[in-house]
Amino acid sequence: MEIATGNFESDLNLEATELRLGLPGRDESDEQSSSCLKNNKRSSSEKDEQQECGAPAPKAQVVGWPPVRSYRKNVLKKPESGYGSGSDGSGMFVKVSMDGAPYLRKIDLKFYKNYFDLLKALENMFKCTIGVYSEREGYNGSEFVPTYEDKDGDWMLVGDVPWDMFINSCKRLRIMKGSEAKGLGCL
Amino acid sequence: MDPEPKKPEDSPSNSANSHAPVQPPSPFPDEVLEKVLSFIDSHKDRSSVSLVRKDWYNAERWTRSKLFIGNCYSVSPEIVARRFPRIKSITLKGKPRFSDFNMLPRDWGANVHSWLVMFAKVYPFLEELRLKRMTVTDESLELLAKSFSGFKALSLSSCDGFTDIGLKAIASHCRNLTELDIQDSVTEDVGGGWLSCFPENFASLEVLNFASLNSEVSFDDLERLVSRCKSLRVLKVNESITLDQLQRLLVHAPQLLELGTGSFLQELTPRQYEDIESAFSNCKNLQILSGLWEANSLYLPVLYGACAGLTFLNLSDAPLQSGEFAKLLAHCPNLRRLWVVDTVEDKGLEAVGSCCPLLEELRVFPADPYDRHHRDGVTELGFLAVSRGCRNLHYVLYFCRRMTNAAVVTIVQNCPDFTHFRLCIMTPGQPDYLTNDPMDEAFAAVVKTCTKLKRLSVSGLLTDLTFEFIGKYAKNLETLSVAFAGNSDWGMQCVLEGCPKLRKLEIRDSPFGNAALLSGLKKYEMMRSLWMSDCNVTMKGCRLLAREMPRLNVEVIMDEESDESQADKVYVYRSVAGPRRDAPPFVLTL
Repeated sequence: MEIATGNFESDLNLEATELRLGLPGRDESDEQSSSCLKNNKRSSSEKDEQQECGAPAPKAQVVGWPPVRSYRKNVLKKPESGYGSGSDGSGMFVKVSMDGAPYLRKIDLKFYKNYFDLLKALENMFKCTIGVYSEREGYNGSEFVPTYEDKDGDWMLVGDVPWDMFINSCKRLRIMKGSEAKGLGCL
Repeated sequence: MDPEPKKPEDSPSNSANSHAPVQPPSPFPDEVLEKVLSFIDSHKDRSSVSLVRKDWYNAERWTRSKLFIGNCYSVSPEIVARRFPRIKSITLKGKPRFSDFNMLPRDWGANVHSWLVMFAKVYPFLEELRLKRMTVTDESLELLAKSFSGFKALSLSSCDGFTDIGLKAIASHCRNLTELDIQDSVTEDVGGGWLSCFPENFASLEVLNFASLNSEVSFDDLERLVSRCKSLRVLKVNESITLDQLQRLLVHAPQLLELGTGSFLQELTPRQYEDIESAFSNCKNLQILSGLWEANSLYLPVLYGACAGLTFLNLSDAPLQSGEFAKLLAHCPNLRRLWVVDTVEDKGLEAVGSCCPLLEELRVFPADPYDRHHRDGVTELGFLAVSRGCRNLHYVLYFCRRMTNAAVVTIVQNCPDFTHFRLCIMTPGQPDYLTNDPMDEAFAAVVKTCTKLKRLSVSGLLTDLTFEFIGKYAKNLETLSVAFAGNSDWGMQCVLEGCPKLRKLEIRDSPFGNAALLSGLKKYEMMRSLWMSDCNVTMKGCRLLAREMPRLNVEVIMDEESDESQADKVYVYRSVAGPRRDAPPFVLTL
């Protein structure tokens, strides 16, 4: 929201109309209220502190209050590899198709910690045997071969790149029948 | 050991110089007296016994084998060593409770080392050591491991200062160890290598709790250890142990009474699911369950088979939603103690009221103590629901964002047997949210109705009236915690003049000043300790107290930023050991 500047800048209170991402009242006001606290240790009511600083809603944090032990403070915090229960969002859901299966499935790549977990889950989901990956042979000899489409649109063999790189570039998965996958296994 | 300074003339502690009149001969020979006294366990009873007459004092000191020291600075290692020659089990507590909430600077004290040096000299047959809120270094753990050949049980609760180096020493050298119990550890990352240091033939463990230590341990070594220790009854692992690993442990130890699981989050194949379900069903003796990190509705059902006998369910690390929580509760009809996170909300607590008629203790912890996510948590409605269904409730710890006087009045009418009532309305100074009145009426009802009340934590907007009521009615109160409450010195005076059994008083951010502090002159010697922080007490007041009461240690913790005349943090406690010899520069003993 650009408004012509001039002597009216301060009166217009541009900050209030500024478009921002993120929750209202975060960051700046948090810092304001906590710095006010250092000078106002003796005030018995939070409301006083907030009025003095002009900070809005977010609660000023008082040392040791509420009286919870430090390890309990992070009960809601989930590590990135955690199962997205929806509240913090950002799962990495990708479609999984299997040759010959009537419908597709969807899985959350963030749920798994490594290829072993992923492949076991796929075997379970589709009742198939994928076999063991080797750098030289791929899944040679397996009835089913896991492949994925990467960011560039290419179809790649699952297992070649480090796990983290894989989950960040995988757009969808396809479990191919071994006979069709021959081309991918031997380069 | 409770030093009783009120009768110094009768105290036989300096028996060599005693000027006491000659006592008539005892009707019992010493051996009989000692035999009788050996049946007395409680340290309070033993203190009473020791005051009867000089020969009873002597018989008592020779037969005491368990030592309880509630404040490590109230007595010195030398005094203890002189009085008690034959100690096998020691409980030692250090820092004031507010240190749990980061209100004490680092390196404040309560270091166990000087105690261990004395124990090593005087009690070579020491078997048990239980420490709470003490600093325990690796050096101390090494000393412990090497000094007592028969050492059996080590319990560290809210202790700090050690790393895996110290734990390695314990694992390697304590051949007869039956108990290693680490709770609420306040240490930086302690590596997991210590678990692998138990010798190959070591099999005596009965209690193993490392739930609060962060690092991964070798699962193979853990599995071997668990399968060797046939008497294992308590096993609490940390979050690094997965569900399928847990299944293997349970197969080795179906006899467990207490289990702390590891992470409950893992995608399981149907076969794995069946296996773990059956492993839990085989744990027929399970009474206590905890851990369950990241448990969700998918996998909670694997537990159901083990829940019939559960008496204590600790879900404080598993923020469940009300639906999955209620389903779990339906399988736990015998619960006496329940700890939950407020994500279960009032609806979840209604389920508690319906499913757990035998409940005696409820603790509800906040998922979001700093209100960052603006979650609802629990309200007065949840507490009411529990009180209606659980008439045996006597212990509650309840964190909430709103409460009413009317609700609390009803709650204590439903449950008049409260011994511990700890209510934490999380916004300081918050009134009754319906009437906007102070919460005085609520706490008045608590102290009037609950005549057995031993521990009380107050919160919300409170005037001096609350403290008048506490002083007038709380005749059995031993511990009182106050924050952001009261109007004037009068409030604190009422408590100090009124509560005859008061032992611990901790106050923060309340307008009590020197007059209040000094009104308790005579009282503090009967108490374990007083803590006052961010109140209106000045250095002058503290100096006066120190001068009048030489048997009290009056300590002021100096803050860098504070005004030199204000006493921001005051800690007062009785002591027969005199002022601390190990006080850091920021602790001033007056």
